Amino acid sequence: MSAVTPSVSLKPSGGLRRRQIVNRIMELLGWSAALAAVGVLFIVIFSVLVQAWPALSWDFLTKPPALFGQPGGGISSAIVGSAIIVGMATAIALPVGILIGIYLTEFAPRFIAQPVQLVLDILNGLPTIITGIFVYGLLVIGHGQSAYAGAFALAIVMLPLVARAAQETLLLVPSVLREGSLALGVSRWRSVTGVILPTTLGGILTGAVLAVARAAGETAPLLFTCSIFNPAVSTDVTKAMPNIPVLIFTYSEQPDKALHEQAWGAALVLMLFVLVSSLLAKALLARSRGKLGR
Amino acid sequence: MAAVQPDYSVSSSSRRLSDRIGDVAIKVITALAALASVVLLGAVIWKVIHLAWPAITKYGLSFITETTWDPVKRQFGALAFIYGTAMSSLIALVIATPLAIAIALWLTELAPGGVRGIVGSLVEMLAAIPSVVLGLWGILVLGPFLANHLEPWLHDHLGFIPLFGEPSPTGTGLFTAGLILTIMVVPIIASICRELFLQVSNELEEGALALGSTRWEMVRGVILPSTRTGIAAAIILGLGRALGEAIAVTQVIGGGTNISVNIFGPIDTLASKIAAAYQGAGSGLEASSLLYLAAILMVIGLITNLFAQVIVRVFDPLKGSH
Repeated sequence: MSAVTPSVSLKPSGGLRRRQIVNRIMELLGWSAALAAVGVLFIVIFSVLVQAWPALSWDFLTKPPALFGQPGGGISSAIVGSAIIVGMATAIALPVGILIGIYLTEFAPRFIAQPVQLVLDILNGLPTIITGIFVYGLLVIGHGQSAYAGAFALAIVMLPLVARAAQETLLLVPSVLREGSLALGVSRWRSVTGVILPTTLGGILTGAVLAVARAAGETAPLLFTCSIFNPAVSTDVTKAMPNIPVLIFTYSEQPDKALHEQAWGAALVLMLFVLVSSLLAKALLARSRGKLGR
Repeated sequence: MAAVQPDYSVSSSSRRLSDRIGDVAIKVITALAALASVVLLGAVIWKVIHLAWPAITKYGLSFITETTWDPVKRQFGALAFIYGTAMSSLIALVIATPLAIAIALWLTELAPGGVRGIVGSLVEMLAAIPSVVLGLWGILVLGPFLANHLEPWLHDHLGFIPLFGEPSPTGTGLFTAGLILTIMVVPIIASICRELFLQVSNELEEGALALGSTRWEMVRGVILPSTRTGIAAAIILGLGRALGEAIAVTQVIGGGTNISVNIFGPIDTLASKIAAAYQGAGSGLEASSLLYLAAILMVIGLITNLFAQVIVRVFDPLKGSH
């Protein structure tokens, strides 16, 4: 089989060649941008791992901070405090958020649903330090800092996340299910609590877990509400409790190598929690999507 | 599910009492929750303005244009921090916007199937790093690197531009804050842009390729123009995040009140100045001035957010592609 020799060269030349070079350069830039993002993530994770390594020990996780000037000590009181504060915040934000989601998808007329959604999005974009200042003015002035003030501030951060997640999942419920239940003569409230909510449980839980992960790392709302505390383990919610984000923040501001090491250790604990939560959320989402047949 | 008693009557008055109460109750309770969110936003705005009111009445609007912040002379003004906020956000957006758009384009157009999902998740994970951890990394790892390598290099080679002045000795300063904010803003803009680019109709993209345009020409001629408004909204949302970040910026910006052209110098943003005062302000006057700063930050944050949300809602972000 003899090839036909084209009379014109098929090699790109002139304008086409230039266009292809430009294209190649742009593709290369795209690759390097993706590489840069992933690179920064790995550098941060790697730094935390390497720097936190010397601090990690059983004592670090189970002992409260050492007294001033003494070596050793751990972050147990901050872990306990963070768990209590975030737990209380979740107990406030989760039910209210789910109720808002239900209202927006099941009951609200359009002219009410849209402004409420706008309000949720604006609450979500509010600088979290402002949330802290608000709660400071509301609960701290005259009463002093407390764990419940911190929890309330974190709940405000979580609320729009939970509400929007609930709303988005509820919208995925096939209308066949909703109409079928009503057609069987099931009352509205029973169809919501007995049919619609159970199918969306996975999606709502995903949103809740992501909101908890976000709240656990938030520092700004706690700065004016729950930051001046006794370092010992405490379960009194009317007093400020030690917590991980504020501990990292205050330690990082000190010119003390030992405290920096502890801050890195606490940062690793926090990052692990956030990472595990995100993975858990992903798994929950995949499972609920499977259930809804999407 | 609990069995429902068969009820053959049609009239609603014969429905079980519990159902009638339940139907009304669930509607009222959920509506109250929604109302609570609206009341909450109103309460935040009212409370912050109320807290700042003593300083607002004392200084008036000239507080915004006053550059001095001197607790000793009891003179307070916000301009230095407004400048710090604007510059750090500007640095972050100038770097983050092209980077984020490139990442989104890579994810939608270039990424090989196997790694697309993984890299997408990793970029999302970048957004999940708590800001206090990023700040810790910024002050102890990134800062020293910048002070020892990048800043001297930029000063030596581009020093004729006044922006690249004397490098900072410790690596804390406006530039470091801008870079940390970049890391926070990139995943936000990238994930929104990715959604936008995915929605551009395939017919248009393939049509452009069939007409002989290269992949980049297709991106520049089809994808970017048809998603312009959406990209603008994404950038403004990123700006909202950069303006309001308090913790990480406080950790790396150094703290200062001098407006200087040199971006390596220390300063404060509105948010970082407020955050830095968490252990108490010196005097009552300083405290109420800090609350004035908070009110300014809140107003800027609200306007920015509202603007982005309005763009998303009023303009179809994909105008022209359908």
